[in-house]
Amino acid sequence: VSAALPSRDGTPPPGRDTVRWIDERAGASPALKRTFRYVFPEHWSFMLGEIALYAFLVLVATGVFLALFFQSSTAETTYHGAYAPLAGERMSLAYSSTLQLSQDVPAGLLMRQTHHWAALVFIAAIVVHLLRVFFTGAFRKPRDVTWAIGVTLLMLAVLEGFAGYSMPDDLLSGMGLAIAYGVAMSLPAIGANAAFLAWGGEYPGGHEFTTRLLTIHVFVLPALLGLLIALHLALVIRAHHTQFPGPGRTQGNVVGTPLWPAYALRSLGLLAATAAVLFLLGGLVQINPIWEWGPYEPYLATNGAQPDWFLGWLIGGLRMMPPLEIHFWGRTWVPNPFWGGAFFPLVVFATLYAIPWLDRRLTRDPRRHELLDRPRDNPQRTALGMAFFSWVALVFFAGSADRVLIRFGIPYESQIWFARAAVFVVPVLAYVLTLRVCRELLRSEAHPLRGWSGRRVRRTPGGGFAAVGEERDRAP
Amino acid sequence: MNAWRVIVAAALLLLRRGKPAPPPPESALDPRERSLPRSARAELLVAALLALGGVVGGAFAVVYLLDPANETQWLGLALGGALALVAAALIVAGKAVVPQEVAVEERSQLVHERQEAEVAELAAQGGEGVTRRKLLGGAAGVAGVGLGAALVAPAASLGPNVSQRIDDTPWRRGVRVVDERGRRLTAEDVPAGTFVTAFPEGASLRDLAAPIVLVRLPPGAIHLPDGRDPAAWAPEGIVAYSKICTHAGCAIALYRYPSFRATQPRPALVCPCHYSTFDPARGADVISGPAGRPLPQLPLAIDPATRELRANGGYSASIGPSWLNANRGGA
Repeated sequence: VSAALPSRDGTPPPGRDTVRWIDERAGASPALKRTFRYVFPEHWSFMLGEIALYAFLVLVATGVFLALFFQSSTAETTYHGAYAPLAGERMSLAYSSTLQLSQDVPAGLLMRQTHHWAALVFIAAIVVHLLRVFFTGAFRKPRDVTWAIGVTLLMLAVLEGFAGYSMPDDLLSGMGLAIAYGVAMSLPAIGANAAFLAWGGEYPGGHEFTTRLLTIHVFVLPALLGLLIALHLALVIRAHHTQFPGPGRTQGNVVGTPLWPAYALRSLGLLAATAAVLFLLGGLVQINPIWEWGPYEPYLATNGAQPDWFLGWLIGGLRMMPPLEIHFWGRTWVPNPFWGGAFFPLVVFATLYAIPWLDRRLTRDPRRHELLDRPRDNPQRTALGMAFFSWVALVFFAGSADRVLIRFGIPYESQIWFARAAVFVVPVLAYVLTLRVCRELLRSEAHPLRGWSGRRVRRTPGGGFAAVGEERDRAP
Repeated sequence: MNAWRVIVAAALLLLRRGKPAPPPPESALDPRERSLPRSARAELLVAALLALGGVVGGAFAVVYLLDPANETQWLGLALGGALALVAAALIVAGKAVVPQEVAVEERSQLVHERQEAEVAELAAQGGEGVTRRKLLGGAAGVAGVGLGAALVAPAASLGPNVSQRIDDTPWRRGVRVVDERGRRLTAEDVPAGTFVTAFPEGASLRDLAAPIVLVRLPPGAIHLPDGRDPAAWAPEGIVAYSKICTHAGCAIALYRYPSFRATQPRPALVCPCHYSTFDPARGADVISGPAGRPLPQLPLAIDPATRELRANGGYSASIGPSWLNANRGGA
């Protein structure tokens, strides 16, 4: 098995002229050779980041299409499009152009719905990828900076998603912006000035604000996301992927499939599969039918509204917070929305950024790590992670208490009081439980999904127990 | 469902046939291996999937040309289906058509001790012969701060400074109360058991200070905070509050009105965003939810002749989300 494969009879291989053409201009053949032989270690969970990347590509492609039709303006217009129930209604250009591109532009609704689905999948893939990287310890040196860039990508992706669904000026997007304004106002001391700067005056703002949304959503944040994705990938390639321990695998090598041809084909397959799922969702599963919500006015709101999933943790934080405000000397120093809408995400993101540093401090291990832990291999890290992520997840689920009320009839206020207590109890339980499970798994070397070890017993008529058959051991 | 199972099972059979079970890799310390699949069946399958993908992709164009406006489902099915078929072709090709190889690549060294020292040395050489380091450093700091201030300052153009304008409202004594189409409201337009959204006559509907909710309660049930005379603040049991929630600025859009007094709680105005719940009979005190202060109340008067509703003054507190200098109302 050789890295450089000579042709069988000594004649130059068929693609030689093409490579020469490139080489004469870019001198790229050494880099190309390394690229062809770049080795990807195999594990299904290593594809989560790829799914996020491919969802981003779909976002860019569908987003360009939408940008060719969308008009970001609050100027009032009268609707004369294909959707009859709104015919003759006064509405903003932003809303009517979104209606037009959904109802009148051929394939427009497919593109808009695929764009929305891709945003949901993009952020979901980032989150699951982040969890994988955390629980396997892949964030450790030399990938601590890669981790920090990834956390930044998550933050920007959430902002980008929020800006995106705020643009059509439908009832739901307006309610979201009202809350964002309330949270901006709640920043201690500087809140009102910060909100006035962002909106160009008092809510709901005018043309400046919609122009800012458009600039941020289609230019600033996508450019930043693209740049940081490139940097993230460059660092990944420089240090190579991590790998799980296995035969022949060491800290100093990577064992797996070379890029050319098998891995390239499979990864392109994943790209096509991601795009396929997104376009199937976009075509077949309705999302955000803004013509049903209607145009937004600040005096309108609807019941049971839920944001896109990636904001669920913020609405949960805002909803479950008790009516606590800090005011003295006749001033409101900390208005209530600050806790759930600003302080909570601040704590979550600060913790995420601090994780590589905390891990180094707690394990006193500053070395370079190329072999991954299984979650059980580091029970403390896994248990602390479960405590932290279960805390965030609980706040997330508290945000859907109104839907639970409608579906199951459990009183809303009881649920909120339960959640307010559970945020203190559940992380502790998650910590203790995870620690015990990890230690038990580590001791027995059983796999929770693939089997058990031990011995089958049967109760005897006399009340005792007798072993049946051989001892079963699934330890590898 | 069954058809899918058959297709998947057939694909698996086609690919798996004639292949020996892979040997357990546990023993191998050298994991490198390379094998040529030479599976004519897999090649056929890939060709079929690609061709079918092409056909389905073409169907997208056909659907688009035939009836472009209302065929979102067919368009999605065609484009997604074509991509799914190509994805299947690529994955089967990657796993069963091209050479399968497990390779070992040495990781590149990240730390280069000798060159690190050289880089540090080169960086240091850049300052050779410079005598007044502190002076230059201080001057550079001054330049940085000044330029930074110059670069940041234009951000102030983004919005006006917060002035008292934030507390300006179109409501003052005598302003008529109208609905969203501008029709003047009378006391009879506010029945018990529901809420009415209203505005000051002539004001912009987009002004946060404009919208109010009107509800009618039994006068005996109303217990307003001290200093609010029911004659001026709740004539005939009609009370008015700002419609903008004091929590995060959404519109109050729910009115809980019990129809069975024995089992249900008191009337309440509720914001649907975070379920701040206010008691309209008690000056919109917060019953539950995250809001930190009551809704501002608007005093009302009923014209004795026309029965039209008018404002009897301004709000009792700042409207909308709280901020540093927001007037919380009350004592």
